[in-house]
Amino acid sequence: MSGSATVQAQNASDNYLFNTKGFLSWALTLDHKRIGMMYLVGVMGAFLLGGILALILRAELADPENWFLTNKQYNQVFTLHGAVMVFLFIIPSVPAALGNFLVPVMLGAKDVAFPRLNLGSFYLWVIGAIFFLVALLSTGLDTGWTFYTPYSTQTSGPVVAATLGVFILGFSSIFTGLNFIVTINTMRPPGMTWFRMPLFLWATYSTSIIQVLATPVLGITVLLLAAERVIGIGIFDPKFNGDPVTFQHFFWFYSHPAVYIMILPGMGIISELMSVHSHKGIFGYRFIAYSSVAIALFGFLVWGHHMFTSGMANVTVIVFSALTFSVSIPSAIKVFNWLATMYKGTVQLNTPMCYALNFIFLFTIGGLTGLWLGTLSTDRPLHDTYFVVAHFHYVMMGGTMVAFLGGVFHWWPKMTGKMFNDFWGNISCLVVFIGFNMTFLPQFVMGSRGMPRRYATYDPQFTVFHEWSTYGAFTLGLGLFIALGVLIHSLLRGKQAPDNPWGGATLEWQCSSPPPYYNFHTAPEVNDPYNYKPLTYRGEKGWEYVRPKPSTVPQQPDQVQV
Amino acid sequence: MSHDHAADHGHDHPSFLAHHFDDPEQQFDAGKLGIWIFLVTEVLFFSGMFCAYALYRSRNPEVFTFASTFLNTKLGAFNTGVLLFSSLTMAWGVRCAQLRQRGGLVLCLALTLICASIFLGVKAVEYTHKWDMGLLPAHFYLSQYAQTIEHHDWAPFKELVGQAHMTWLTKLCILPGLITIGFAAWLFSTLKSKERRKIEVAGSMLLTALAFFGGIGIGRVFQAAEEAAAAHSTDHGDKHAATDADHKHDAASADHATAASADKTMLVSTDSQTKIGAPSIEQIDQKGGAGLFFSIYYCMTGVHAVHILGGMVVLTWLLVRASKDVFHEQYFGPVDYVGLYWHLVDLIWIYLFPLLYLIR
Repeated sequence: MSGSATVQAQNASDNYLFNTKGFLSWALTLDHKRIGMMYLVGVMGAFLLGGILALILRAELADPENWFLTNKQYNQVFTLHGAVMVFLFIIPSVPAALGNFLVPVMLGAKDVAFPRLNLGSFYLWVIGAIFFLVALLSTGLDTGWTFYTPYSTQTSGPVVAATLGVFILGFSSIFTGLNFIVTINTMRPPGMTWFRMPLFLWATYSTSIIQVLATPVLGITVLLLAAERVIGIGIFDPKFNGDPVTFQHFFWFYSHPAVYIMILPGMGIISELMSVHSHKGIFGYRFIAYSSVAIALFGFLVWGHHMFTSGMANVTVIVFSALTFSVSIPSAIKVFNWLATMYKGTVQLNTPMCYALNFIFLFTIGGLTGLWLGTLSTDRPLHDTYFVVAHFHYVMMGGTMVAFLGGVFHWWPKMTGKMFNDFWGNISCLVVFIGFNMTFLPQFVMGSRGMPRRYATYDPQFTVFHEWSTYGAFTLGLGLFIALGVLIHSLLRGKQAPDNPWGGATLEWQCSSPPPYYNFHTAPEVNDPYNYKPLTYRGEKGWEYVRPKPSTVPQQPDQVQV
Repeated sequence: MSHDHAADHGHDHPSFLAHHFDDPEQQFDAGKLGIWIFLVTEVLFFSGMFCAYALYRSRNPEVFTFASTFLNTKLGAFNTGVLLFSSLTMAWGVRCAQLRQRGGLVLCLALTLICASIFLGVKAVEYTHKWDMGLLPAHFYLSQYAQTIEHHDWAPFKELVGQAHMTWLTKLCILPGLITIGFAAWLFSTLKSKERRKIEVAGSMLLTALAFFGGIGIGRVFQAAEEAAAAHSTDHGDKHAATDADHKHDAASADHATAASADKTMLVSTDSQTKIGAPSIEQIDQKGGAGLFFSIYYCMTGVHAVHILGGMVVLTWLLVRASKDVFHEQYFGPVDYVGLYWHLVDLIWIYLFPLLYLIR
């Protein structure tokens, strides 16, 4: 709280964090920014829980024998690690937390189209999370986060509670996606054409399409699974002419597109970060925008590649394999455009940019190793090994989680009005990078040598890899705690943030930090989101728009004087 | 919280316009797009079950043909008519809202609610009749042609539901009965207060609750007619050929075992035509797949019925607001959106009816 007292006083009456006070003013808020912040706290809590479970797993795997977990406990821990991370952290992380805060502000709207529905989504998320905690605290779920039948119809674990949790979380996700689609379609202010939208909005829009189209199928799938357990419908039970593989088809029809729900918003963040911190217009704007939509659509056609060994017709398998490769085209387009954006730019290696570069490195490894798994001949031996584990951690954690952190650091001054310590932010990024690769590179090696996933014990020949992986995991945990420390320090001791600390040209940098309740007092002036020419650096005051005519001064000129 | 800000920003905002929209048109467009996207998710929600239906039907067509003969087509057709009529009243209601005809809107919404309630009443008759016959989801399905019923998982199901003396239908009527009494009491109290709008709402709700029992009555009449017709055709047909209806009567009784005779393979006197060379009904039944048909039947119609219930909740909300006269030419969005939802629920039934009842 060391910022200038006058600014504090002035902002306190107006900014969304302090314009009303009291618990209920947050719990019943309809302000998308507050809902975004509540999501942010919630998903970070889920991430902490999932992360602790991950460290427990890694600690157990440091030794080839069961040294402190039984096999059953190990199953429960990895199930909850997966389920918490997927359903409670990754899926809502960028769209629900950052997206809620950013979508209306970037768009120049006052709020999302349906603020009550938005609050409802948040509470659905909370209720879904409670169901998961019930599963955690009762006998423990041990099906894996995928709930594969027939095991999930027979195990004594709390499958029904967990599936109901997934069902509720699914509706939270659907309503968020629905809200964003309608907001982007109908709430754009004059001048905000589709191709003046920041790429983060394109990514969010594509993500929302997937959320709306894929998640209901998961909803009915888990409902059928719950019905199987409660009233014995036999749809997944061969004894009654049912078919367990049907469950896998239904499940992956959602869960593969869900992979793109997880990664696309992360890619949107990287598009923003690359351009802003290189101070150079994004290279290939339309290609990046269209590739987001393309990934969303291709994502619906490739679910079968999770099931190459589950029993499918040969032709089906070949078609799914071929379609899987098609997804790599739009993904590669993005990566090349990001690299081209940096070329001849003025790259500033501050914390968000370091995370963005971290993302490109890790995501590229994750994406390329995906080709091994999409190829039939190499997938057969690699299926269900640590190679798969390493691959999806590179994409999900190295991709989404790193992009999420980059986004949090990038927009942190806007969300909280506080700057953070850039040096320690960079250190956290470096430690995360080292720890991450130390954790998961050895897993590629042991996976290709045949170490199967989901086992608490293993052949001693893999010990050295597992040990390195465990050291890496704890290093990674240290890096994340440093990042958390940086953010908490910023909240307590951070300097007052200028309105535009990085020199971004998108609309969120035109309102004050933190933004007022209505985001914009008058409709903002919409320009090319990646044109940095009118921006001038003013030292402590951050970046300022310099306009040719005094008649078009910024909307809140008094708030720039920090 | 939004109100104190509405003072700053909303001096030109009419009360029905939310603070973050610029004009009523933007608000209406947003709602319309939103409800259409929601309907897309609803279609995809049902798509999983339609896929399961298509998959298992293509694998065991004869089982599905056999099992669907246990569904009462007349009841299904009647319910289809009821839902179609409710779609008409709903659409009419939207028009009334657009023209600011308060009374017409209240009437249309009440009629729509009553139709929904009749639909559920008929559905209750259909469900309970099947439960009494042992036509249950796969794990509990009771073979209609088996020599004995012991080898089925009948016992655990009975444990599940308890050995009550009431029939299923009576049990299902308890909650609607209580709700009816509640609405009647409410109507009585509003009659005293003489507030016309409250009387309208309470009366509509009472009629809606009573319509459930009306639906049950209609369902029973159809059911009895069907059984009488089946018994009649048995008298004139082959004495040894057991009919569908015969087994419906006897399935749960132990005597049934004696009724099962060698002639069962000749069982063709039902409406459906068993193809020559096709597996016998006994074989089909004993394959166990018929239970899967009823699993899918209960899942699809059950989820559909939940949607009807959800629709009734929002219709009631509309009814209360309509009686307060909040809808007019500029603000009729909610009626329109609920109408679209209601048509979708109707549409899904339009698919369910032929798929489950008619294809034989």
